[in-house]
Amino acid sequence: MINIHKIQFAYAGGSPVFDGFSWQIAHGDAWAVIGPSGCGKTSLLYLLTGLHQPQRGQIRIEEKPITAPRPRSGLVLQDHGLLPWSTVYENARLGLTVRGFYGSDGRHAPVDEELTMHEADQRVQYWLEKLSIQHLRSQYPSQLSRGQRQRTAIARTLAMQPDLLMLDEPFSALDAPTRRDLQRLILDLGVKSQLTTIIVTHDIEVAVTMGKRILALDLDGNQQVRIIENDGACNTDYRYQSQFRDQCDYLHDILGDLL
Amino acid sequence: MRHQLNLPTALMGLVMFMLIWQVLAWIVQRPILPAPIVVLPIFLQTIFQDLGIHFLASTGRVLAAILIAVISAVPIGLILGQMPKLDRVMAPLIAVTYPIPKIVLLPVIYVFMGITDISKIFLIALIIFFQILVVVRDEAANLHPELILSVRSLGAGRRALFRYVYLPASLPAVVTALRLSVGTAIAVLFIAEQSLTTYGLGYYIVVETYQVLRYPQMYAGILAMSLLGLLLYFCISGLESHICRYQKG
Repeated sequence: MINIHKIQFAYAGGSPVFDGFSWQIAHGDAWAVIGPSGCGKTSLLYLLTGLHQPQRGQIRIEEKPITAPRPRSGLVLQDHGLLPWSTVYENARLGLTVRGFYGSDGRHAPVDEELTMHEADQRVQYWLEKLSIQHLRSQYPSQLSRGQRQRTAIARTLAMQPDLLMLDEPFSALDAPTRRDLQRLILDLGVKSQLTTIIVTHDIEVAVTMGKRILALDLDGNQQVRIIENDGACNTDYRYQSQFRDQCDYLHDILGDLL
Repeated sequence: MRHQLNLPTALMGLVMFMLIWQVLAWIVQRPILPAPIVVLPIFLQTIFQDLGIHFLASTGRVLAAILIAVISAVPIGLILGQMPKLDRVMAPLIAVTYPIPKIVLLPVIYVFMGITDISKIFLIALIIFFQILVVVRDEAANLHPELILSVRSLGAGRRALFRYVYLPASLPAVVTALRLSVGTAIAVLFIAEQSLTTYGLGYYIVVETYQVLRYPQMYAGILAMSLLGLLLYFCISGLESHICRYQKG
C-alpha cells in the first residue's frame, strides 16, 4: 500500500533525519514506530501525510506519489490540533466540513464521496457515541481532559473514513484505564475495518502491544531499517503472556541506551 | 484584562460621578461648571432635538470608520501573518507608521479627499485600521504550527484555512483591538468635528455652545459624547465576551 523509496529529508540547517530511508507497508498492517526523540518519528508521519516533502526519493501510497495531504489518510497529532474556539462536535465534524467546503474534487475530498449535511452529522454523531464523548459535544477543548481531547481528535479523523490511520504518541499522558480503553478501540478498528495503522511512540510496551511489526528508528539517518516481527500484538491479552515480556526485553536491548 | 462592566456597576459609577460633580459645582460656583441638576434636564430635552442629530452624526461616522477599518485591516493582517516573507518586507513600514498620531494627517487628508464626511471617517478609520492590522497579523503568525498542520491533514488548503482557522482565530483579537482603539477614535473625531462641518458632537460642543458661552448646553454635549463612548465600549465588550466564551475553561 505504501512504498517509501530511498528518501532523504532534513530540516533547514539540520543534518538529515532520513538519508536513503526505504520502507514498505502492506494494506491492513498494524505498525508501531519506535525510537529516541529526534529520530524522525513525527517527521515520518508528516512525510507520509504529505505535509512535508522529501528532498530526494519518493513516497507512494496506492501507487500515487504523495505531494499533498491525501483525503483517505488520517493523522492524529500529539497535541491533537483541535480548534480552541470550536466545540467537541464542531471539531469532530471539521474534516467533513472542510470536505463540504471544497466539494468532492479528489484533491481535498475523495471523488466517490458525496455526503449530505445530514449524513455528515450522522457520521460524526456515530463516532462521538462510539468513542463515548457524545455527552461532551457542546464543550470546548479547554474544558476537556487530555484523554477526551484525544478522543475528539480521533473522532474527527475517523469520521473521514480513512484507510490509513496515523497516530503520534496517542497514549502518552493518559491514565492507565483510559489508555487501555483507547488501545482496545484502535485494535478493534484495525481488525474490523481493515484499517492500516501506524502508531508512533517512544514507549516500548505501547509498541509491543500495538504493532504487529515494529520499525525501530535511530539517530543516524536510518539508511538501514530495523524491523521487529511481533505477531502476538493487536490482542489485549498479549500483555499477560511471557512472549510479550520477551519482546519488550528484546526492544530494550537494541534501543535501551537511546530511549 | 477584561473587567466586566455590568449594569449595576455602571449605574453605581454614574451615581458616584454625578454626586462628585454636584459637590464640585457647589464649591466652584461659576458659570463654567453648572451643576448636573441644571445640565441633566437640558440633556434629556435636547437629546431628542438638535443634540440628538449631532449625536447620530458622530455615531454614524464612528460606525462607518469601524466598518471600513475592519474590512480592510483583517484581510491584510491575515495575509501578512500567514506570509512571513511579505511580513518581513512590510514590518519596518508598519513599525514606523503605526505610532504616528494620525490626527496630524488631518490637513493632508482634507486636501486629498476634500472637505467632506469621507475625510473625517477616513481619519478615524486609519487609527482603528493600524490597531487591528497589528493584532490580527500577530495572532495569525502565532498560531500553533501543529494546529495548522493537523487542519491541513484534514484536506484544508489555503482557502479553508482562512475560513476555518485564521479568521475565527483572529476574531477575538479584532474585537479587543476595537475596544482599545475606539476611545482614541472618538477623541480624534471630537477634534475633527470642530471644523469644516455643521454636524457632530465636536461641532456642537465647541462651535455651537462653548464659543457662545452656552455652558449648560455644552455639558449636555459632553454627556452625549461620553454616552457615545460608553455605548460603544459596552457593545464591544459584550461582543468580546460572546466571541471569547471558549477561553473560559
